[in-house]
Amino acid sequence: MHVNRREPLVLGIETSCDETGIGIVRGRTLLSNTIASSMDEHARYGGVVPEVAARAHLEALEPAIRAALAESGVALTDVDAVAVTSGPGLAGALMVGVGAAKALAVSLEKPLYAVNHLVGHIAADILSSDEHGDQAPPLEYPTVALLVSGGHTSLLLVRDLTSDVELLGETMDDAAGEAFDKVARLLGLPYPGGPEIDRAAASGDPNAIAFPRGLSRASDMAGHRYDFSFSGLKTAVARWTEQRQAAGEPVPVADVAASFREAVVDVLVTKALAACRDYGVPRLLLGGGVIANRRLRDVAIERAAAEGVTVRVPPLSLCTDNGAMIAALASELIMAGRPASTLEFGADSTLPVTEIQVAESA
Amino acid sequence: MILGIDTSLGSAVAVVEPDGVIRSQVESADPRGHAEVIGTLIERALAEASVTVSDISHVAAGMGPGPFTGLRVGIAAARTFALGRGVPVVPVVSHDAVALELLLHDALTGGYQDVADEAFAVVTDARRREFAYTVYRGLDDDGLPVRLDGPALTPREDLDDVLRTVGAIRRDAERIPAAMLALAAARALSAGRAIAPADALYLRSPDVTMPGAPKRVNL
Ligand SMILES: [Zn+2]
Repeated sequence: MHVNRREPLVLGIETSCDETGIGIVRGRTLLSNTIASSMDEHARYGGVVPEVAARAHLEALEPAIRAALAESGVALTDVDAVAVTSGPGLAGALMVGVGAAKALAVSLEKPLYAVNHLVGHIAADILSSDEHGDQAPPLEYPTVALLVSGGHTSLLLVRDLTSDVELLGETMDDAAGEAFDKVARLLGLPYPGGPEIDRAAASGDPNAIAFPRGLSRASDMAGHRYDFSFSGLKTAVARWTEQRQAAGEPVPVADVAASFREAVVDVLVTKALAACRDYGVPRLLLGGGVIANRRLRDVAIERAAAEGVTVRVPPLSLCTDNGAMIAALASELIMAGRPASTLEFGADSTLPVTEIQVAESA
Repeated sequence: MILGIDTSLGSAVAVVEPDGVIRSQVESADPRGHAEVIGTLIERALAEASVTVSDISHVAAGMGPGPFTGLRVGIAAARTFALGRGVPVVPVVSHDAVALELLLHDALTGGYQDVADEAFAVVTDARRREFAYTVYRGLDDDGLPVRLDGPALTPREDLDDVLRTVGAIRRDAERIPAAMLALAAARALSAGRAIAPADALYLRSPDVTMPGAPKRVNL
């Protein structure tokens, strides 16, 4: 199959969690980033319900594709390739996108690229915002990448986006975004917890309570130097607030929120910068929905600057899960001359980050 | 030319001419793995039918009932294939395909007299100790199976009582014939009728647990 390898027009489909994302890119230019979220449907359950998310994907997919095409002024017949997230993510949710992408590629008689969601988060950073916008400076390699969302907390070493991504560490239990959701619920704040904790923390003292930093003891450094753990922190917050309540004292929500957030931010930034130092990499890329947290960005930029590390943050609209990042990654693979995926792959809920593309044809 | 896609049990794809001539029918019995095989099955069905994608005028989609995770793969595929070609989707109740096959087989061979004359129920495994069933009797003037009851779910141990009450004999199905799905769509089209809802026939609410009060940790 002939593919335009210079500036491929790629339609990307992302359904790994609760956002149905359809993105259209041409080369490194973003043409459309359409997102239908089922977040509201999960709010009353306090977290993403996989079956609810999967049902929402099925309903949202076709309208989202139509909206993305309308927004970009692109006809499906113009598309050079279809891209889809194969994993990691929620299996039932991923399968909706995989089935849809395969049938779309067959019906358009166009190649299909099955790609890794986490690596997609990194690819988001090379997209320029619009047809006339400034091209984002190319990614410099190697770079350390910190991806933080409701579904993942991963520290990666990226030597080449299309061929060499290494997992340095990840969360051993809750993702950072999940910790925000759980602590928010503990404090009686609604879902999703990130923005709520942020709002509550605004008037709080981040140093009021010394909450633990997970996997940060000297003894953790051998086995879990770049790994994260947030469940102990969540328990510590629960214990602290319960003790207050048991003593008949009011819970200072602002201070708890600020101190909790500070503990999360501290451990994320400390470990990311340790990786930069250890590998001699003066570049740190942030990605994932939790990057929307201003405190995390501010602390990362400030502490990185002190260590001579440059921080890159994709536009926030491209940090949350989206189809444009999936299209962007496929576009890079195509421009790097990589063959399409075969049709024989499935949804892989635990796809390792080293598998940037799945089922590459021989 | 109608492309039929169903993943409510295994995965099945067929190409059928508008007048009912079956050009191809391919399937995988794997009750999981729908996402893995769907693309290849569509390609094979087209190739074995010696047609190209541009020959497809409609896509018949099996809307269930069936286990949700697999069911969605075929519906999503049917919708995007149709979108890619700019052709309509024709939703079909998956059990209708089984009923049509039984009734046509009967008409051709005189084989299952019971099915021709009496009410019968197409029964499929709905997992979680339940069956999905739909009760039919004969073909209508459009050549489509007449649905008397369902599709509905019932606990496995209750099925025979339920069917006795409605006076239907039981026909268990292990597969959905995609060619019959496409044929049902063809007949619905020529009759100008809609024969299934546009949304998946889940027949069951999603499993969710409402969060209680946050669990207390030990002080
Ligand atoms: Zn993500």
